[in-house]
Amino acid sequence: MQFEWIKIPYALLTLFIVVNFGMLLGAFIQKIGARVGRRHGIPIYQNYVDLIKNYGLRSSITHGTMFYLGPVFRLAGGVGLLLFVPTIYGSEMFSNLSFAGDLILALYFVFFGTLGMALGAAESGHPHAAIGITRGLSQMTSAELPFALAVFSVSLQYQTLSITDIVAAQQGSILSWTLFTNPFAVAAAMLSFLGSMMRPPFDVVLAPQEIPIGPPTEYHSSYLALMQTNRAIFPIAKIVIYMNLFFGGAASWPVFALKVFLIYMVSVFVGVVFPRFRVEQSIRWFLVWAVPLGILSIVLV
Amino acid sequence: MSMKPELLKRMVKGPDGVEFEVEPLRDYYCEAPPTVMPAAYSKIVEGLFNWARSESIWILGFGTGCGAIEMRPLMTPRFDAYRYGVQWRPTPRQANLFIISGYLSTKTLKRAIRSYEQMQNPKYVIGLGSCTVNGGMYWDSYNTIKRLDDYLPVDLYITGCMPRPEALLAGFEDLKKIIRAGKGEGANQYAERFDWYKANQKQVIHDWDMPDYNW
Amino acid sequence: MREIYDRLKHLFPLGELTEQRPDLAFVTLPAEFLRSALLHLRDQEGFTHLVLLTAVDWLEDGQFQLTYLLSNRTQARDIGLRVMIPRDAATMEGIHDVWPTAATYQRELREMFGIDFPGSPGVNDDFILEGWHDIPPYRRDFDTKKYAEENFSQRPGRATTDPAQHMKEQLYPGEA
Repeated sequence: MQFEWIKIPYALLTLFIVVNFGMLLGAFIQKIGARVGRRHGIPIYQNYVDLIKNYGLRSSITHGTMFYLGPVFRLAGGVGLLLFVPTIYGSEMFSNLSFAGDLILALYFVFFGTLGMALGAAESGHPHAAIGITRGLSQMTSAELPFALAVFSVSLQYQTLSITDIVAAQQGSILSWTLFTNPFAVAAAMLSFLGSMMRPPFDVVLAPQEIPIGPPTEYHSSYLALMQTNRAIFPIAKIVIYMNLFFGGAASWPVFALKVFLIYMVSVFVGVVFPRFRVEQSIRWFLVWAVPLGILSIVLV
Repeated sequence: MSMKPELLKRMVKGPDGVEFEVEPLRDYYCEAPPTVMPAAYSKIVEGLFNWARSESIWILGFGTGCGAIEMRPLMTPRFDAYRYGVQWRPTPRQANLFIISGYLSTKTLKRAIRSYEQMQNPKYVIGLGSCTVNGGMYWDSYNTIKRLDDYLPVDLYITGCMPRPEALLAGFEDLKKIIRAGKGEGANQYAERFDWYKANQKQVIHDWDMPDYNW
Repeated sequence: MREIYDRLKHLFPLGELTEQRPDLAFVTLPAEFLRSALLHLRDQEGFTHLVLLTAVDWLEDGQFQLTYLLSNRTQARDIGLRVMIPRDAATMEGIHDVWPTAATYQRELREMFGIDFPGSPGVNDDFILEGWHDIPPYRRDFDTKKYAEENFSQRPGRATTDPAQHMKEQLYPGEA
């Protein structure tokens, strides 16, 4: 297949748009939460200011090579996830570097960031980081399982591994979305989505809503700046995959913004209502509720 | 005074059976003293960084004294410090501002020094309450320090016993002005007069079982 | 409380009963009878809760007074047992096997007053003061103001006003 070099600047343009969108969306969602709590909340541009401040810290401590590579892996996971899936369907410019078979690559990248983070945080040697890693990896593994099952079911249904083709098959009317043609797969995937967004009830890994202790305990200044950038990119990239697989994809940027915002708000709505699960409770919850839905979806397809 | 047994020099047997000697205070820390970190190359960049630092102040979540109770209302909707860009961070690695809230006993001073030295340059210290100014209510106590800026470089004092949350917010505004003017150089001051600060600290902390510089 | 006092008077040599409130009373007894009195109060009279163990420094008499405050939760009554021990080389038998929480109180008294409780778990550990090298600070012959002035650097410019003196000058300006 041909590789056109013009795709690279277009992909970087997508990355730039998504980074800004992610930062503003994150602050916007926090502001919504704050307004619901009858206070003003952070300014919309706060994420940018935090990023500049962290980058501008004059000193930093390193614990070794893997400590340095941890945030790099995490950011590579987020960027890779974004760049290999088509963002805007039908647009030559914003299809990024997607190719046939990019569904499996997307699955890989979703987990890659957490793994790199775990290795880096383990190198830092802080006991809080070690606790956070054990919790995070076990929860992430069990949350990935229904998503993988849903992905298999969808690819069986559409007989293809290319996300672009899956989006193409969903065009037409709203009733041809996977949401309505294969509801069990979508249910399993949305349950897994709640688990991987790191919001209540599954936020025992990083307890409050920003990047605080847990694995990132020893991370500071430039390392933290890298991870905050990832924090802006990664959820959006994951939601792009969900949108493409289950909710019909987006044919233009406004539709993209609307759909991403609505899917993000699903996790926020669930998050503000429920308290936190312990790790073994959340693993049990995934295995009892989400995995059977995924298996059922594969069987029924 | 005797040190805790895990801090003494001793022979340790590793998991693979090899015996080796370990001296925790020397091996687990580096012995370099703090260095003065200069500002960025050009004034515009430093101005941008100072603006960003003033708009996003991350406070270390370590309530050293009774003033910590005045920090809690700032997280509530009534006073809402988050709209000023102020957040609380649990770890000194990620924090910029250390608020010494109230009296500082010598026992807490040791931990406060350890936390302060782990913070990254540039960092700021606010002394909250009259106990940090001249000893306050505990002026004749055998256990608390009377003058905070002999032990840590202080950027701003907020007086009161305890100051109300509105006073703290006004103090944050003043601190922002100080940072934006480029005067928030407490970390560099600590590095320059390190020996003087260390001598003062060791004079009141009698059981020093930490390295001299805990970075 | 009188009836408890009368019952105890047959068993132990007690001093006077001081009734501070209908449900709070103090009684003094010699040190060697303390343990059996505590066990009797706990087992027979129902004072199962050790509220606190504290000390008072009677500098002029050269004694420490240890107060053991027990509480009867079902009847909501408190009784305090006072024991006088000599001030030099003060030592007392520990009651940490009767109530395990007494170990913490004994640790505090060891550090703050210098009263030794041999055998109490962790009694020589630092409690609040780390690296303390002077006499135990709760003793009344320890001058805390002098210690504070000598050991901590002060900020100049501190002025103190005695409120009684100030009000006297305000209200009665002519008097000396």
